[in-house]
Amino acid sequence: MPTHTFSVNGKSVTVDALDDMPLLWVLRDMLGVRGPKYGCGIDVCKACTSHLDGRAVNPCVVPVSEADGGDVTTIEGLADGDTLHPVQEAWLEEDVAQCGYCQPGQIMAAVALLRETKNPSDEDIDAIANVCRCGTYFRIREAIKKAASMMG
Amino acid sequence: MAGADAEADAEAGGTGTDGNGPREHGRRRFLTYLVAAPTLAVATSIGSESAAPSKARAAVPSPPAPADILDLGDVLILAGKPTSGLLVLKIDEEGTVHFRLPREEVGQGLTTAVAMLVAEELDTPLANVRVQLDDARPELLFNQLTGSSNSIRSLYGPVRHTAAAARARMVATAAREWDVRPEDLSVREGVVVGPGGRKASYASLTSAAAGERTEELSGELTATKPESDHSLVGVPTSRIDARAIVTGQQEYTLDLDVPGAKPAMVRRPPTLGGTVKSVRNEAQVRGMPGVLDVVAVETGVAVVAETFGQALDGKDALKVDWGRGTVDGLSDDGIRKKLRAATPPLVVPPVLTDHTDAEFDFAFVSHAPLESNSAVADVRGDRATIWSGLKSPIVAQQTIAAELGLPQEKVTVHVVQGGGSFGRRLFFDAALEAARISKKSRRPVRLMWSRIDDMRHGRMRPATHHKIRATHSLGNVISFEHRVAAVETDFRHGLGEILTANASKLPVAGNATLAQSLFLTTVKSPYNFGVTTQLLGEVPLRMPTASWRSVYSANTRGAEEIVVDELAEKMDKDPVEFRRSFLKSARQRAVLDKVAEDGEWGRKLPEGFAQGVGFHEEYKSRTACLVEIDARDPKEPRVTKAVIAVDVGRPVNPRGLEAQMLGGLTDAISTTLRAGLHIEDGLPLEGSYSQFHYARQNDSPRDVAVHVMPAEEGAEPGGAGELGVPAAVGAIANAYARATGTRPRSFPVNFDVDFDPFPR
Repeated sequence: MPTHTFSVNGKSVTVDALDDMPLLWVLRDMLGVRGPKYGCGIDVCKACTSHLDGRAVNPCVVPVSEADGGDVTTIEGLADGDTLHPVQEAWLEEDVAQCGYCQPGQIMAAVALLRETKNPSDEDIDAIANVCRCGTYFRIREAIKKAASMMG
Repeated sequence: MAGADAEADAEAGGTGTDGNGPREHGRRRFLTYLVAAPTLAVATSIGSESAAPSKARAAVPSPPAPADILDLGDVLILAGKPTSGLLVLKIDEEGTVHFRLPREEVGQGLTTAVAMLVAEELDTPLANVRVQLDDARPELLFNQLTGSSNSIRSLYGPVRHTAAAARARMVATAAREWDVRPEDLSVREGVVVGPGGRKASYASLTSAAAGERTEELSGELTATKPESDHSLVGVPTSRIDARAIVTGQQEYTLDLDVPGAKPAMVRRPPTLGGTVKSVRNEAQVRGMPGVLDVVAVETGVAVVAETFGQALDGKDALKVDWGRGTVDGLSDDGIRKKLRAATPPLVVPPVLTDHTDAEFDFAFVSHAPLESNSAVADVRGDRATIWSGLKSPIVAQQTIAAELGLPQEKVTVHVVQGGGSFGRRLFFDAALEAARISKKSRRPVRLMWSRIDDMRHGRMRPATHHKIRATHSLGNVISFEHRVAAVETDFRHGLGEILTANASKLPVAGNATLAQSLFLTTVKSPYNFGVTTQLLGEVPLRMPTASWRSVYSANTRGAEEIVVDELAEKMDKDPVEFRRSFLKSARQRAVLDKVAEDGEWGRKLPEGFAQGVGFHEEYKSRTACLVEIDARDPKEPRVTKAVIAVDVGRPVNPRGLEAQMLGGLTDAISTTLRAGLHIEDGLPLEGSYSQFHYARQNDSPRDVAVHVMPAEEGAEPGGAGELGVPAAVGAIANAYARATGTRPRSFPVNFDVDFDPFPR
């Protein structure tokens, strides 16, 4: 069984897994990191959105071998201790979540967008394709704009 | 999640109801007890002693429909009356208030609203209140069903009486210790304050306040605050679980750590209800990496593995011979024909007056909660434990016990917060299946349905066909007939427990009777349209269906709102003015006026853009929705703006209420414009969100305003969870019609098979 070493939320981990095992199951079932959610397994709902070396990826379709030597950040690793990331703060201020299941992915997608685009336009926000079945999109939009202004 | 205090419950439940008699609060009466416990514990009965019918006041009267007199929520409240199940509130030695909620939280904001009611009555900070979802408690009978927008309606009184009794007990305890009169004490932020600034926190009082024996409390001791004194209830408040959600700490069923529980997935048949004949390559799949077991169950073949990735690979590799399903060979065309044939006839002849006739079709719709069907089950020889997101946990417990051949009390069912429901979690398909797999595999399992299976074999809103005829003369609508045919909606969860669930399975009356009751108690016309009749005909196809947010109303009232616009046009009236003149009450007109004003009804828009409006009233609440649509490309319409006004009589958490209306709007955008399921040869074609086009951010309006109308003097909260869908369906369809110059009759309006279906 091949061995894979990478970091998850700043901690180095080593797992034995076939190269093509999706990172989502390595995180959830082998490492117990359960913030990233399963929603489709084929990169269309994007509930598992996390970061690999700072860019948004969907671990349900990322083979674990691609993470080798990389830095994986999940929702659990976004805050700095008790200090939330401004996007998380904005999510609280707008009371975005309903059932909350997609929100870790929504937040990670928003953080990635704001990293590239400091003041995203409505069109930029429209490009986030994460599904929210509760339909919280308007509050997500407002929260991203609020986070952008908080991050100045 | 576990940790039920069975002892306190048993004692409280065993106490008689004699004594000082029930107290009245508004229309309803409750019994409250001090429960014997080490720290303060108080309990209140959930069922109401009485519920007065509301009166319909009609200027040009339509005879009141059944739903005007007694809606489904009332039926559930009345049905719960004889039960002895109690709501229990405890305060621990840290001053933290613990309330066990016999309902499911799936995003509707119930735990937050209930925590607010508790905090308000106890005068303690919201952060001190913990709401825990209760395990299945069979003694609650009908009172542990989460549905019909009924939770706040049924809990508003009992929760407040419970908390008020706890507060009174704390105050009385401090008064006794300080030798002063209770009237001279007040409570601020969970601290009792006495003359000269003496202070005692709930934490310091709770042991002394505790009851040595269970006893009924008198009326003065459970009197609730006047609503005019509310300082938290009615104030927009954020969810109590928001921080857990945004940090990834909120646990759903498959996030739980149940020792030894292994991932399991099921290979399902190529058609709905298909059966397993034989597995051709069991040995090969057993040899795959990580695979622990392969077991056949009623619904398919389960693969148990070390990880879900391995279970998924294993199930995909299975080669299974399948038996016939329940609707093999049936496709949308055939279903449409059956629905048309089952539509009850219109009876008013259209010959003597002007009339408007219209027929509508609505497709099947997946509930598609983002958390797919899932459950954890640990079945042993003599007992079983289940964890799942369940809106009817009692009937789940009873059914699973019967299935496993265990006494009911040997099956513990923990209710886990769910990742969406929209009606889906009224059923416990995953819990039952997980129990079967755990029993056969002799190990605890974590069952997850794949998205494809969840969309194809999970439940769905039934397809419907509608015939509407309205006759009108001299500016009045003389008659309004609506005939609905629907593929059977499965109500076999009953009222949440086994008796009515079994009754709903009876071949003669059974589900069809319950369906008629549900239709008649939920669907009504808010307009004075003369002789108004609404009838349902059902096509009993064995397909996995379930109530879908607003049950019959999204389609039925949505279609009616479209006809209302067409009537207005025929009678040469503006759609808002027309509705104003036919609505029955001032409060109905107030929400309509609000959206017309704030949404600048009638403002000029460019070619291809249009406004549309819709109204709906249900579960003692009412709402109006005004939208603007950009349909320059009729195949790619986008709702660009929405203005909603909502009047629930008495809002508990306006922020949560706004969220519910936003969700209802997004549901309406999806199901009206693009999202539905095609049935082909006994199976839905759609298998993921790339095919079932639920709205995404780029389908969602950039401008949304929700106006929560102020509380009505003396009113109790009406229902809110389902309210938002029907008015928005009407508004969007009407805007689309106006923008495109068409008369949409089939929904969703853009419903091509624009994808390659997944293999069966």
